[in-house]
Amino acid sequence: MALAGTPVLAAAGPVIPNFGAHSSKCVVENRFFCGDWVSRNWDSVLWPALRQHLVLTLIAVGIGFVISMALALTAHRFGWLERPTILVTTILYTIPSLALFELLVAPVGANIYAAEIALVSYTLLILFRNILTGLREVPSEVLDAAEGMGMSRRQALLRVELPLALPAIVAGLRIAVVTIIALATIVYTIYDKGLGVPIHTALGEGPFKTELIAAGGLTILLALAADGLLVLVQRALTPWTRARGS
Amino acid sequence: MHEFVKAFEFIGRDGAISGQPALPSLVHLALETLKVGAIGVAISVVIAVPVGVWLGHVHRGSFFAINLGNIGRALPSLAVLAIGDAFLGLGLTVVEVALVILAVPPIITNSYLGVDGVDRDLVDAARGMGMSEREILTRVELPLATALIFAGIRTAAVFVISTTTIASLAGFSGTLGDPIANETSYHFAGVLGAAICVAALALAVEGVLALVQRGLTPRGLRVARDAEVGLGAPAPGLT
Repeated sequence: MALAGTPVLAAAGPVIPNFGAHSSKCVVENRFFCGDWVSRNWDSVLWPALRQHLVLTLIAVGIGFVISMALALTAHRFGWLERPTILVTTILYTIPSLALFELLVAPVGANIYAAEIALVSYTLLILFRNILTGLREVPSEVLDAAEGMGMSRRQALLRVELPLALPAIVAGLRIAVVTIIALATIVYTIYDKGLGVPIHTALGEGPFKTELIAAGGLTILLALAADGLLVLVQRALTPWTRARGS
Repeated sequence: MHEFVKAFEFIGRDGAISGQPALPSLVHLALETLKVGAIGVAISVVIAVPVGVWLGHVHRGSFFAINLGNIGRALPSLAVLAIGDAFLGLGLTVVEVALVILAVPPIITNSYLGVDGVDRDLVDAARGMGMSEREILTRVELPLATALIFAGIRTAAVFVISTTTIASLAGFSGTLGDPIANETSYHFAGVLGAAICVAALALAVEGVLALVQRGLTPRGLRVARDAEVGLGAPAPGLT
């Protein structure tokens, strides 16, 4: 269902975007960046797209995290699971987004499920590998000490291994979030949501530079903001990593 | 699953659609995708490997080298292509520039991590044996860093193929993304058929590069499984 029904960029010459009587001279001339267009269309175009983009990302990373955590904990216990999991998730990660979305449309339909399945599948390799690496790097002496203190395996996992693996886990989350925010711009090809929608509209209009820069810029800013936020979360959750200096 | 049958029929006809004689063959589109992508990767390697290797050799610029990789991930291919289109028009040159912008960061990051991570004792030993800086670089550091450098190139190649197909959405025609971006002419069977071809092409490239990487890695290092990874591997460095 690529771009259902829309002729893709059929226009040969520049098409002047027509936003009614309110179009400023800047917009009509399609100049570099028209602040007035952004402020007039923020509520109706950009903000909804940004919000949808964030929701698409949060759902994908949330589900991807739960699946990856389950897979990593299982592989931590049963080491032989690591290789097949890496193989399958690498294959999923390698399939280009544009193709994967369409491959899912046939069995699932052009809807949010297809979009989320594809986005989730891109988080798995990153999150699985980082969580597992984090768990493996916990020094064995620390685990011995936990056992010596009478902790059960479950207690050791929850109170020793997972906290110590947090920096690696958050590092994985950062990569996953940033990757998904970038990839979610392609979602519009099967499901009309996210910051890809205004990018697509703008491409069909000439292209209309202001909207391209605004939507593309918002995507990049969203990624950087999310990345920064996760750094703060990690600092708050792992005070001991700072106490150590270095 | 009827759609898949029709998609494979479309592939079997090599992309021909009745009543539309002007459409290019899938083989042609696939070769074109590979060509556009290979140029992008080649330019990126020429730019990024020396920079990353040099930074790693002098152990400087870790913040730059590592965060560059993160920023590279944050750039949405479609936005980069679209903005290039807005200002310069989307010809081959602009597509290649976009590919290079997206492919350089992972190669620099991995080259840096590969060389920077070489055991300092080994380098000291090499220096003690009287090796020149150049010999240390070419005979000690580079062989040991090969796996990681190549992993970066693989990551870049995957990005590049993906982006080359996305270029069709921004109006650059001639690659396997064309049928996906043009359902009006190709119908859903063509879209799906092309998607299957894109996926197969990306996996084939990844597989071939994985084999090349294996061949390039010095035998004594093949056990180092952590070094095989390219994508999310250097977790601690990202903090």
